[in-house]
Amino acid sequence: MGNWMIVPVVLPAVMAALTVLAVRHDLVLQRVFSAATVLALLAVSVALVFHAAHTGPEMYALGNWPTPFGIVLVLDRLSAMMVLLTSILAAIVWFYSAREWDKRGKHFHALFQFQLMGVNGAFLTGDFFNLFVFFEVLLIASYGLMLHGAGENRLKAGMQYIVVNLTGSSLFLIGVGLIYAVTGTLNMADLALKVPLVPDSDLALLKAGALILFLVFCIKAAMVPMHFWLPGTYANAPAPVAALFAIMTKVGAYSILRLYSLAFGGSAGDLSWLVAPYLLPAAIVTLVVGMVGVLAARQLNRMVAFAVVGSMGTMMISVSLFTPDSVAAGLYYMLHSTFAGAAMFLVADLIISRRGQYGGSLNSAPDIRQSGLIAVMFFMAAIAMASLPPLSGFLGKLQILSAARESQYAVWIWVVILGTSFLNIVGFGRAGSVLFWKSSAVEGEIQTASDQAFPKQTVIAAGMMLAMLVALTVFAGPITGYLHDTSAELFDTTDYIRAVMGADTPVAEITTVAPFAQ
Amino acid sequence: MEFLVASSIGLLTACGVYMLLRGRTFPVVIGLSLLSYAVNVFLFAMGRLQVDLPPIIRDTATGYTDPIPQALVLTAIVISFGMTALIVVLALRTYLEIGNDHVDGLSGGPTDTGEQK
Repeated sequence: MGNWMIVPVVLPAVMAALTVLAVRHDLVLQRVFSAATVLALLAVSVALVFHAAHTGPEMYALGNWPTPFGIVLVLDRLSAMMVLLTSILAAIVWFYSAREWDKRGKHFHALFQFQLMGVNGAFLTGDFFNLFVFFEVLLIASYGLMLHGAGENRLKAGMQYIVVNLTGSSLFLIGVGLIYAVTGTLNMADLALKVPLVPDSDLALLKAGALILFLVFCIKAAMVPMHFWLPGTYANAPAPVAALFAIMTKVGAYSILRLYSLAFGGSAGDLSWLVAPYLLPAAIVTLVVGMVGVLAARQLNRMVAFAVVGSMGTMMISVSLFTPDSVAAGLYYMLHSTFAGAAMFLVADLIISRRGQYGGSLNSAPDIRQSGLIAVMFFMAAIAMASLPPLSGFLGKLQILSAARESQYAVWIWVVILGTSFLNIVGFGRAGSVLFWKSSAVEGEIQTASDQAFPKQTVIAAGMMLAMLVALTVFAGPITGYLHDTSAELFDTTDYIRAVMGADTPVAEITTVAPFAQ
Repeated sequence: MEFLVASSIGLLTACGVYMLLRGRTFPVVIGLSLLSYAVNVFLFAMGRLQVDLPPIIRDTATGYTDPIPQALVLTAIVISFGMTALIVVLALRTYLEIGNDHVDGLSGGPTDTGEQK
């Protein structure tokens, strides 16, 4: 079973190549290939989650090279869960796009699958240079997807997105180079063993490398002050792509959680919990900036994009405390915010496509088609974004607040999370009333392109994304149980390191707790 | 040699960052290229600077140079080459569609022929 962990990387890679080479002229076949990939991925990732829950971390050595010389993939609860999250998201996004959006440009499905390959690879790899390579794979595919269908605004935003990420890639290489120069390894588990042994004279260099890498992950996770690329990119990307990008910020968050709990965690001696002092303030400011952006946005899409920035802040506040409870709470909120953000982008697209010449601007327009149904969906997605009961965001936020109670910054965290929730409610409430309630008072007619269709499939797909939020709420018990095991596994790195480096590797004890933990 | 390599990396990075911060796409592309050259040399130097030594340990060899950074540099070169090609094409496409080459896409500035748009 352990060998199956290569499937989420290899399958989309092969299918994407086949899609480009064999069926590039036939859209229907492209859709079939793409569907086969996402369904197979879904099945494999469900199996991987159950496998990881039963056996703990496992390693797959590519080319059977002995560690730490070869590249390894590592499957543990966290990476299995992230792969499953990606597969579910991808399946729904595929369903949304396979009717209308994929006609607007070439090679949508091939790029889509390359994107999945990159994301899955980034989640599964146990080698941080390989992580760079998978980052590049997912970024290259995302550039293509972001520009899918083109258009003036999309090109402008795409240019900025690419420049920011290319700069990030350069920084990534500098960070990797510094860490390699000091420790002589690229394997994360091996790095975890080497970091405590680094002599004092090299400590500054290692710290610089690790923090540069942290900066890069912060760009991906859109943490302030590296968030400027996100609103423009997400707001101008095609809707299904924006929904899929909901997982991209989580790749950054995952990398932070993985590398800085494993190699720079409690056993790292002088560099223990290296990023915690930077992460907490950055996360708090990110949350505030995101929610103020929600209030200030004049476009529906930009508003949703800022809400995504804010939700990253909430999640990273919880992660930055680095206690088992807070990480589990953060992971639950991450599952929630991925689906909530994706659902909101899809619903926003349903609204914008029906508003014709009024587009996404937050001004009143005449009644749109199916306004009742769309309004209900918007309402549900807005509740999810604002983390109100009864949907899963409320449970997530509650867990975060409860986990933060023992921190010395508990007051700050509580005030900021609750205060920004209020801003969020006001922002989405205002948008909803402008879009749906005030519309009856507006005279005039919406002009849409004559051949524009409003397929049921897109409404159903957006509904499925909302259904995921309901499922997350209903099954909150088992999911939270799994997440607590996940977080325990992250904090006790012994199993992970032994799975990669061999069963009898001596592992340093966890000696320090994170700075803001109590 | 250390001083020469270190200062050339520094110079490349400084020029790269300066160009990267310009407002037009062409200098930005040049800046990104300079930055990626700097990063490549930097990665190479992370395996320590050695002259005339093989990257493979043999019985007869008196020393060796670390081959891994060289492999990393190869990967980095391929990726940055591809990315440069992509961003050049995108910059051209943006210029042709929008009619100016500002990175933030603001229209209203003077165009390349000097006339006000």
